[in-house]
Amino acid sequence: MSATTQSPTAADSRTPSKAQRLLGDRRLPVAATALLFLVMYGVGLGRYQYYGFAEPQVFLNLFIDNSYLLVAAVGVTFVILSGGIDLSVGSVIGFTTMFTAWLVERQGVPLLLVIPMALVVGAFGGFLMGYVIHNFEIQPFIVTLAGLFLFRGLCLVISKESISISDSAVSSMAQTQVSLGMGFLSIGAIVSLVVLAVAFYVLHYTRFGRRVYAIGGNGQSALLMGLPQGGTTIAVYTVSGFCSALAGLLFTLYIQSGDPLHATGMELDAIAAVVIGGTLLTGGSGYVVGTLFGVLVLGLIKSIIQFEGTLSSWWTKIATGVLLCAFILVQRVMTGRKKT
Amino acid sequence: MSTTSRWRALTHHHLFWPVAVLVFLLLVNVPFTPDFFSVKMTDGHLYGSLVSIVLFGSPLILVAVGMTVVIATGGIDLSVGAVVAITGALACSYISHQADQGALSGVLLAMGLGLLAAVVCGLWNGFLVARMGIQPIIATLIIMVAGRGVAQLITDGQIITIESKPYELIGGGYWLTLPFSIFVVAVVVAVTVALTRRTALGLLIEAVGGNAEASRLVGIRSRRIKIMVYVFCALCAAIAGLMISSNTSAADGNNAGLWIELDAILAVVIGGTSLLGGRFSIGGTVVGALVIQTLTTTIYTIGVPTQTNLVFKAAVVIVVCLLQSPKFRAKVFGAKFGARFGAKSGAKTAVASADTAAETDAAPKMEVS
Repeated sequence: MSATTQSPTAADSRTPSKAQRLLGDRRLPVAATALLFLVMYGVGLGRYQYYGFAEPQVFLNLFIDNSYLLVAAVGVTFVILSGGIDLSVGSVIGFTTMFTAWLVERQGVPLLLVIPMALVVGAFGGFLMGYVIHNFEIQPFIVTLAGLFLFRGLCLVISKESISISDSAVSSMAQTQVSLGMGFLSIGAIVSLVVLAVAFYVLHYTRFGRRVYAIGGNGQSALLMGLPQGGTTIAVYTVSGFCSALAGLLFTLYIQSGDPLHATGMELDAIAAVVIGGTLLTGGSGYVVGTLFGVLVLGLIKSIIQFEGTLSSWWTKIATGVLLCAFILVQRVMTGRKKT
Repeated sequence: MSTTSRWRALTHHHLFWPVAVLVFLLLVNVPFTPDFFSVKMTDGHLYGSLVSIVLFGSPLILVAVGMTVVIATGGIDLSVGAVVAITGALACSYISHQADQGALSGVLLAMGLGLLAAVVCGLWNGFLVARMGIQPIIATLIIMVAGRGVAQLITDGQIITIESKPYELIGGGYWLTLPFSIFVVAVVVAVTVALTRRTALGLLIEAVGGNAEASRLVGIRSRRIKIMVYVFCALCAAIAGLMISSNTSAADGNNAGLWIELDAILAVVIGGTSLLGGRFSIGGTVVGALVIQTLTTTIYTIGVPTQTNLVFKAAVVIVVCLLQSPKFRAKVFGAKFGARFGAKSGAKTAVASADTAAETDAAPKMEVS
């Protein structure tokens, strides 16, 4: 290995072979997920051609039916890139549906006022968790676990029963279809794609984005370089809280009710999407575009199971678990190679 | 002099504050239910609030004991809830397929099947953590996600109900006037304590948790120990799963053991075991689990709406964690107090965090009364 010297870029003393360079490429996991998505879609096309799988709307429905998951997973991507984890996502989503339904239905507050309120509450919850994690050096796992309990509890405090929303503003917004020529998208899907684009810009083209990668890659060196580690950590959890609340709003639109048990365990779906999207759970490496493909793959599993008809919903969970496992192992093999 | 030093020794015992909180919580109940501590004998069975706290807390104690050992090695096991569901589903579906559901051999085989499935889950978790070097949270996430699907697959998405007298004994039966599950818990706890404190095993586990690489260099087979603790944890979860499904005579793949992993982690933390690993207290965990169960019971008996249960739990988790943080203690109580607990570094921090944790652990509950 060390015999092949002569590398002009000097950072590495050896020139990796083409295959090694390919394997070491950080974009490979994202490409693998994208490829997996295409293969699954192709299989779907082959199997369910005569049941209308090929219609563009089936593809667009992936974005419509998973808009909330995409937004939540984008928030989780920030946290995982920074080397943390956020377990409170599902609870915050559930809480937001309750909060929105309760204010709109029971208190008669206009929807346009409720939306910013919900977003502020979610972001503030995330801020608090980030504040505690940074200032008191408690593991993110346990702090966000407390957040999980707290927000789920607050759901139940608002109401034990589910509240259905009959507000005209909500239903008209939910039913709005944005035509794309070959099909349509819902407002939720549009919002989620905007969130994705903003996240992409922030992570790859701003100083804040670099800091997130830096503290996830190596918090100690980031600190020594003078990066504001604390501020970044707190900001990352605030972003995640904000995204969770936004995802909650989209979920409310999608399902038009608030229920204390909505989105139970959705944090796991979000984490799974991020992992399947190729983001390293140790932090510092990954792309938010990968998260999109992760969400699409999870969504496609659900569609395929629907089209299959005979498969039951629990196969979704099993398939998700198997995929998750495969991607974790692939990641492990790749990072293991890099080290040695 | 001697009395003060004896008092100091008592308050510095690692079980002092968790037990104090437990006693405090129990006493809170007395004004609301005057006969809280009375235990009656009816139909040859003992009844009373104390008995039911232990009875309903049994599955949590079991899961938490397994979790303690895993956390002691610096890991965490999120899959226990799914293992609870899988075990119950397997055992109940096996029994439901028997011609005679009451046959002892069938029940024993069903239980064996459930335990075997748990061993497989544990081996898988241990393999991922110890052999593949994957973070425990992530490694156990796989079974947490897929496991409930598997459980539903086994039960075919239905809630399987069974009618089997021998199987009912584990979770709902009585033996020697006491609920049988209390004996199961007692045996598991006793065996665990004996194995970890009467042999070198506990020390080895703590060594692995303290520094896995160093312990490996010293000659401890740290990988094997890690795999072992995950198997043990899964087995504990499996017994809890049998107990839960036996108590309700039904297997519910979707809801059995839901969120028990979080309660178990909470019990471990209240019991004074640090999440960082390297030190553990089985006794503390048992007390921690009883504290959680008593908290739930207290919320019921006092007449606080049950839906606030989770908010209280959240408050407890936050307070416990804040007090475990040396930085928080230094900021809030000043350098002196922080030093008092923080200075006893290493060996004593877990203990210190346990007692301070327990101290204000009671605060949110006082508002209840």
